[in-house]
Amino acid sequence: MSSGDSFTLDDFRRVLREGAGFDESVDLDGDIMDSTFEELGYESLALLETGSRIERDYGIRLDEDKMASVVNPRALIDMVNEQLRYGGNT
Amino acid sequence: MSKTVVTGLGVAAPTGLGLSEYWDTTLAGRSGIDRISRFDASSYPARLAGEITDFTAEEYLPNRLLPQTDRMTRLALVCADWAFEDSGIVPAEMPDYEAGVITASHAGGFEFGQNELRALWSKGGQYVSAYQSFAWFYAVNSGQISIRNGLRGPSSVVVSDQAGGVDAIAQARRQIRNGTRVVISGAVDASICPWGWVAQMAGGRLSTSEKPSRAYLPFDDDACGHIVGEGGALIVLEDAEHARERGTEVYGEIAGHASTMDPRPGSGREPTLQKAIERALVDAAATPDEIGVVFADAAAVPTLDQIEAEAITKVFGPRGVPVTAPKTMTGRLYSGAGPLDLTAAFLTMRDGVIPPTIGSSRSDRYDIDLVAGEPRTAAPGAALVLSRGQGGFNSAMVVRSGY
Repeated sequence: MSSGDSFTLDDFRRVLREGAGFDESVDLDGDIMDSTFEELGYESLALLETGSRIERDYGIRLDEDKMASVVNPRALIDMVNEQLRYGGNT
Repeated sequence: MSKTVVTGLGVAAPTGLGLSEYWDTTLAGRSGIDRISRFDASSYPARLAGEITDFTAEEYLPNRLLPQTDRMTRLALVCADWAFEDSGIVPAEMPDYEAGVITASHAGGFEFGQNELRALWSKGGQYVSAYQSFAWFYAVNSGQISIRNGLRGPSSVVVSDQAGGVDAIAQARRQIRNGTRVVISGAVDASICPWGWVAQMAGGRLSTSEKPSRAYLPFDDDACGHIVGEGGALIVLEDAEHARERGTEVYGEIAGHASTMDPRPGSGREPTLQKAIERALVDAAATPDEIGVVFADAAAVPTLDQIEAEAITKVFGPRGVPVTAPKTMTGRLYSGAGPLDLTAAFLTMRDGVIPPTIGSSRSDRYDIDLVAGEPRTAAPGAALVLSRGQGGFNSAMVVRSGY
């Protein structure tokens, strides 16, 4: 499921497309690391669905409060990787 | 009081996607009823349905909408697009709060709900889509049409089984009388999935016939229940002044409506369909002889056919008005049925031809003038649409060609 031990931008793109679809007017394959989810065409429910899919695909738990404050792919990917690395100990 | 006129029609039916395909098929008397293909129905007692077989949502809707919509919502969104296109209204150009959406729903998004419940019980809560929070919901078609088109005027949903589609349009008419300029209204239902099927079988009125041409026969001695169909229509309703200012073509007017509730079974009191017809005529300031065609509810359950035939005969006289049920080609579409019959009524008045009831031969028990087998040339200036829902709902709506 994951490419190696970390959660990459491509992993994020795949989960996002599967769970919430994509906006045809946005180039998700472009440089989107720091674009806001809103700019990418996603509302909070899309993020909730994406978070839930990451949790079950990668066997981790994402903190709900932290998820609510995540605004762009970079922040989400960092958060997922932090959980993958330290999730078991925190 | 301002009049409510119809300026746009959008249709998805087993007999055609889009207005012209639907109408051509309907006048040709070609049935959309066949064996169920959407799931394996071989172990169910009812195995026929009116399915829409050529709808590919991806062709019409943005990808973002697909993971969050049931089939009935996808069909409704496309019908709404077509209805606006037909009306010439570009919703995005309407001022905020001047346009609303009022739909009806019979079952909500059943297939979506079934898939998510299956995920819940077979895999666990984490596998349930976040979109299940609204995708199954009765009001979801109103909500999604509102979001897609930016409609922020009065919006709601009506649930009264098969009477609902007509009741929603009546509610839209009230909102236009209250000052809203445009309301898109009507209904699309689609729940041909195992869970929806079991729920509908529990209603006890499904035909278990195996033969599409003999399965749904309202007003026939062989009436044996109904066939379920999917689809419906969305209709653009507009304040007559607004339509006039735009200089647009008008199909006609929503002239009168009434709904009644039958007394509880066993009470000994009379059913109230006749009262609904009479009150709708009064609301339209119409006399019975002004009505040139009746689109029947056509339950195909003998006691219900009897009630409907008697109500029509008492108001219009024995064989006093042509009666038709093009829904014999689509099956009963629940909330979608009334809006689709209203669509057929406007096209009947436009083209001067009444679509046929197919399959049925009129039983001698019913003294109605059934338009059976072939379309009939006529020039009705007004039509009556009847819609009944299980549980005692009766709705009658009068429409006129002019305004």
